[in-house]
Amino acid sequence: MALEVLNLEHVPATHRIYAAFFRDVNNSDFLHAQLLARNPDFDYAFIDASSVISRRHLESAIFNALVTIVDGTLLSATPHSEVVLSMSPSNNISEAYRRWGISLKTKDLIVVKVAIPPSADPTSTTQPAPQAPEEIWAHLSEAVKGTPVALSDEEISKATDWQKLRKYYALNSVPMLAKVESDEGKRKEMERLAIMRMALRGL
Amino acid sequence: MAATEEQQFPLPKILTYPASAPPSLIAQGAEGRLYKTTHLESGLPCALKFRPSKPYRHPILDARLTKARIAAEAKVLDKCYREGVPVPAVYALDAATGWMMIEWVEGRPVRQGINDWLGERPTEDAPAVEEDETPFVDLMKRIGEAVGNLHRTGVIHGDLTTSNMMLKPWAPSQSSTESGDKAKVVEGDVVLIDFGLATQSSSDEDRAVDLYVLERAFASTHPRAERLFDHVLESYKHAFKKAPSVLIKLEDVRMRGRKKSMLG
Repeated sequence: MALEVLNLEHVPATHRIYAAFFRDVNNSDFLHAQLLARNPDFDYAFIDASSVISRRHLESAIFNALVTIVDGTLLSATPHSEVVLSMSPSNNISEAYRRWGISLKTKDLIVVKVAIPPSADPTSTTQPAPQAPEEIWAHLSEAVKGTPVALSDEEISKATDWQKLRKYYALNSVPMLAKVESDEGKRKEMERLAIMRMALRGL
Repeated sequence: MAATEEQQFPLPKILTYPASAPPSLIAQGAEGRLYKTTHLESGLPCALKFRPSKPYRHPILDARLTKARIAAEAKVLDKCYREGVPVPAVYALDAATGWMMIEWVEGRPVRQGINDWLGERPTEDAPAVEEDETPFVDLMKRIGEAVGNLHRTGVIHGDLTTSNMMLKPWAPSQSSTESGDKAKVVEGDVVLIDFGLATQSSSDEDRAVDLYVLERAFASTHPRAERLFDHVLESYKHAFKKAPSVLIKLEDVRMRGRKKSMLG
């Protein structure tokens, strides 16, 4: 099973986080349509992996979303839209979906599932009890037509589109980056700068 | 023990959720508390700054002040970090509940490094051994450079002391081997911390007061090294183009003190 459980620090045990990474997805049009139709069977955060730098970058966004989910201070409609919004440095939800959400062109897809106990989800009225990871994976591996791979920095980096990310996080003229010499060091600092942009969203 | 700490200070809610290790209280001030904990994973230490709500303030005002202060501090850190001023990176924050997770800076406060250096010297300062002072003078220069870069960015720290600067250890390759163990206590990158009182300003007056606060703090914390403080100002001048007018202003501030006269 390529569905990973993310155990992030400072997240209540009642909130379970699952994630999977599919490469060479060829039915993003179908998945995109389910999202637009608000198909309740497709209650996931779909993230275009080309806008993701690393696992830590992704986990930071998920953690920030979890903070608002636990606090009950969501800015967007659902916990999963909050995950997509948390990737963004701005509070513009449709822009966040355009940049980090699934599109018709998405080839590499990260799927995040936040399983919340019904009582703890302020946006839910009829949500059933959280699904078991086996059920989630059974559905996902059926629904997403792509190659499941590990959610590792190595795999993510193959999908990363730096040109886009530099634009999204305004990394093109950051003075501190000029001081870093190695390419690897630069990537590490861009990851940190992106995480800072996400943390400061809306301030 | 952790249990008694918790009794004395209730933990912020975010720190009551599961983590690989219990948070430890590092520092407490009038406005906030600093914990050492982890961000995302057990191997990534971070500092969590928490501003608890004040029971004596009106709840609406209290929430507004807490939020504004966390936001202001985070924005200053972001600005400095992007400009290459050595400060901790921001990892996550929740302005409404008053906490902020930032990079954990390894090392010791500059104050400790300076005291260890001075501690090994005879009480009566012997200016004859000048070559001995090089590592210490280098540290003074790194302090001046850090403050110069900070001011160039348009940020006033508001509480510059040698306790609010860290000596972040160099990589082993950077460390000097010739100068011996004694030089080690003043080695490391100077990282500015605690921006709880920071403001954004580009006026000579504010910058001069910032330097004056450091000068006075330095003189009272390290009276035996006071004569070497000029190296801080010297390298401040090199790091920051607009330093000359700030240093002229500093003369005025020295004459009258930190506060502007209200009688004028």
